[in-house]
Amino acid sequence: MIRLLFLAAALCLTLPGPSHAQSLQNLLQTHADEVLKPGRRSVGVVLDDLVSSGLPQAVPFLEAWRDREIVQRDADGRFFRSADDTLFDLETGEVLGPAESDALTQSRPNGGVRRAIGDALVQFQLSDPDITKRRAAVDAIARSMDASQLTPLRMSIEAEPDTALKATKTRLAGMLAARFGKTPEARIDAIGGLAGDLSVDVRAVLNTILATTGDVAETLPDDVNLARLLQPGIDLTEAEAYRQLVANDLAPPPIPAHAIRAALSSNIVDGFVGGLAVHTLDTDENRMTAYRALAQAGEVPPLVTAQDQAAALASHVFYQAYDEPDIRITDAARAALDAIETRVAFSQAADLALDALSLASIYFLAAIGLAITFGVMGVINMAHGEFIMMGAYTGFVVQLFVPDYTLSILIALPLAFAVTFGAGVAMERLVIRHLYHRPLETLLATFGLSIALQQLAKNIFGTQARPLTSPGWLDGALVFNDVIAISYIRIAIFVLALIFLGVILYVLKRTRLGLEVRAVTQNPGMAASMGINPDRINMLTFGLGSGIAGIAGVAIGLYAKVTSEMGADYIVQSFMTVVVGGVGNVWGTLAGASLIGFLQKGIEWLNPSNTLAAQTYMILFIILFIQFRPKGIVALKGRAAAD
Amino acid sequence: MRHSFIAQNPSVLWFLLALSLFTLGVTVLSEAAGVAVISTSFVKTLGKTLCLCLIAVAMDVVWGYCGILSLGHFAFFGLGGYAIGMWLMYARTEAIVLDALAQQPLPPTPQEVSDAIGNQIFGVVGSSEFPWIWAFADTLYLQLLMIVVIPGLLALVFGWLAFRSRVTGVYLSILTQAMTLALSLYLFQNDSGLRGNNGLSGLQNIPGYEDTSQAVISIVFLWASALALGAGYVFFAWVVSGKMGSVIKGIRDNEARVRFLGYRVESYKLFIFTITAIVSAIAGALYYPQAGIINPGEIAPIASIYLAVWVAIGGRGRLYGAVIGAAFVSLLSSWFTGGGAPAVPLGFYTIQWTDWWLVLLGLSFVAVTLFFPKGIGGLFDYLVRKP
Repeated sequence: MIRLLFLAAALCLTLPGPSHAQSLQNLLQTHADEVLKPGRRSVGVVLDDLVSSGLPQAVPFLEAWRDREIVQRDADGRFFRSADDTLFDLETGEVLGPAESDALTQSRPNGGVRRAIGDALVQFQLSDPDITKRRAAVDAIARSMDASQLTPLRMSIEAEPDTALKATKTRLAGMLAARFGKTPEARIDAIGGLAGDLSVDVRAVLNTILATTGDVAETLPDDVNLARLLQPGIDLTEAEAYRQLVANDLAPPPIPAHAIRAALSSNIVDGFVGGLAVHTLDTDENRMTAYRALAQAGEVPPLVTAQDQAAALASHVFYQAYDEPDIRITDAARAALDAIETRVAFSQAADLALDALSLASIYFLAAIGLAITFGVMGVINMAHGEFIMMGAYTGFVVQLFVPDYTLSILIALPLAFAVTFGAGVAMERLVIRHLYHRPLETLLATFGLSIALQQLAKNIFGTQARPLTSPGWLDGALVFNDVIAISYIRIAIFVLALIFLGVILYVLKRTRLGLEVRAVTQNPGMAASMGINPDRINMLTFGLGSGIAGIAGVAIGLYAKVTSEMGADYIVQSFMTVVVGGVGNVWGTLAGASLIGFLQKGIEWLNPSNTLAAQTYMILFIILFIQFRPKGIVALKGRAAAD
Repeated sequence: MRHSFIAQNPSVLWFLLALSLFTLGVTVLSEAAGVAVISTSFVKTLGKTLCLCLIAVAMDVVWGYCGILSLGHFAFFGLGGYAIGMWLMYARTEAIVLDALAQQPLPPTPQEVSDAIGNQIFGVVGSSEFPWIWAFADTLYLQLLMIVVIPGLLALVFGWLAFRSRVTGVYLSILTQAMTLALSLYLFQNDSGLRGNNGLSGLQNIPGYEDTSQAVISIVFLWASALALGAGYVFFAWVVSGKMGSVIKGIRDNEARVRFLGYRVESYKLFIFTITAIVSAIAGALYYPQAGIINPGEIAPIASIYLAVWVAIGGRGRLYGAVIGAAFVSLLSSWFTGGGAPAVPLGFYTIQWTDWWLVLLGLSFVAVTLFFPKGIGGLFDYLVRKP
């Protein structure tokens, strides 16, 4: 076998050898018996010769042989390939005519032989001139690692022209060496080389090396590579531990409750069993007594009491032993795995932070409009979520008319702003203006609008989710390593949130409108007496807040589906963001969105299986948070703070 | 004192009279009386409506009188329903399990009975053990106590936290909404111990009365609901009249001024919040045996907002207004969404009310808020000229 591997290596250097003069048919004729009736042992010779021949036809021949397509013509003993009742020449591959099965004998290699042929093929493929074949061979090795693959893989590394594939091969060789290296030193070296790699397959290799088997004995044997001792009741339940004892014939099997019941019911004689009347057997105690009586009479197997079980557990040692007997190797693997897992944990934390950041930017986009209107006008707009939905549907409608996704998004963003700005202004003029002195009623009136708008959207667009397709250049994800990755859409939303933060700060701090908005926020009466028209400011602010909601709708629609209820999904989170952050302040909203985004991801990470619980705990946290900062992180002075 | 209370609140007598006549009328026309003009399912709808009227009255007291717009009172309603539902489900399953186990040769041990009941109830969420919150489910009177204690405690703790830190206005509304959202999300989990989104079901079957027809049971519950509504109405009418009522209305109109006058505003608010929560829970405990099933969807925030809608449309600050609003809107809603209302053909489009009812409700709600802040109940002011 080793010779074969070296020959494979020689082949990959494609040295034109003298054997080239030989034809495949001649070679096969010298081993005619082995080719026709290959055995697990005899096949090695044929494969060796084939590999050393360097014949280009060797690979198709091996494939055909593996697929049981090789036949021998009885008349002259020559070999051919037969497929679909057609005979092919082995040297040239040309069609020779129909295959007459009466005159041919098929070579039928068994499973073991076919595996050996497959191995030989891998060696050919590892050095194949076609890079896709080489890749396929490397993938095949990675899928099912085997000791025999190490040497041919190593041999093929040096001559590998493609740098990426060379790196993959080197990595794979490292993993193979860690598992199947010849000496413990070689394996420990290879394991050390894996320590910097975070990928899942490296961790799988290390975990395979560290595989353990649970066992039990009266005293701990000396010759095991102990992973850890197990304490019944702590590391494994007492029932499991006892089951292990029973499985190893170290203790009698316990009698389960249903067996006791069955034994008692089948031994009822004249309304009595084990000396007790049947109607008294409605407690476990009496049933035990009756069963013991039966056991003493020899009717049933004796009871294994809890004390017996505890004694059996106490007199045995439960432990997990590594399958790998060499403690140096397991120690090295454990150290490498620990190092990797520390780095994985850091990477996961970074990944989580990225997730949280993108969630926070979504919440920021959804909530900032709400925060502005609330801050300036002291009005909570329950229909804010429906403005988000309106923006998303605007994007959907634009995509119906503009098929180019990049262009349609560029049109949809300002259009969504315009549509929701108009809707917001209309709502302010028609409804909210009349309710300025009744803030709670604004809440209800806007809620009325919210259910009407939601149902209206349902009537127009139907109940099924509508897609808002992002442009192709936003597909995929930015991958840092095997753990940290973030999709481009989330980056885009983050950038959008940043842009909005900048724009809103600019509008509020650097423009005449912003100055007037801040003045009305702080003291509307005084602002009015300074010549600012609060009506106009209220209208524009409401329009601005609603317009931002529309843009947020397009952004949210890009990564979630557009439905008539999508606004309702975000409205409570937006309220939370505003309440936690403090109203009417951009930085407050930013702080609130970050807090809620990071908190939600953090809780989800602690309890990944249960997002419902995460939301519950987050809301509880917010309720408690309000206790300590009733006006939010950034408390506002002025009209909104007065009530 | 009794005399002056009635004299001050003539509406109480009128209301009780109307309620009695209504209940008697429905009873006489029901299937149980043999006339069957009103079907049993409609009797149940009416009984449920009475329960909704009761929680609307409670909502009116907390919002219309005390000025706290709670968007979470349906959480208490749902908790009341869960509390009675636990007993109903446990007792019924116990009867079935005992019947099944009696077929076996050996009498069952208490552990076997409990395991079998647990398996029946929690098999649907992949568990068979009783969570600790079911500790009292086997005893009716303890579980009845839970109807009052659990929502009362929740309201007390929540209200204490909220009022103590002077959370008011829209903040408080949002906070109560968050509370009911958190509760419903929690109950949606399978390991909440209350069967996750399956909820509790089969509540219309009253243990011990398996042989009584639903027609009779529906009438009994109608009477019980009417009794609870009547008692709740009188109780709240008493609470909001007199000196305490004045303080409460003062808090609604100007909280700071009442505080400066030396009243402990927080205590008053906490009392009103808690007592209305308890009454809501009682209403829920009467509602869900008639509905037959309760699941966490029932206490989603939207339900509590609809409650505010009923009270607003009926007219805040008057107890009969809440009753009218709840009865009117909820019955109208089931008429429209149930397909009872005829479609309106417009030539180019046909208005199907199942699709358009919510639009109509939302817009009429806006209209009521804008133009009729006193709601339907405000119409009575035209009938009764006050001196």
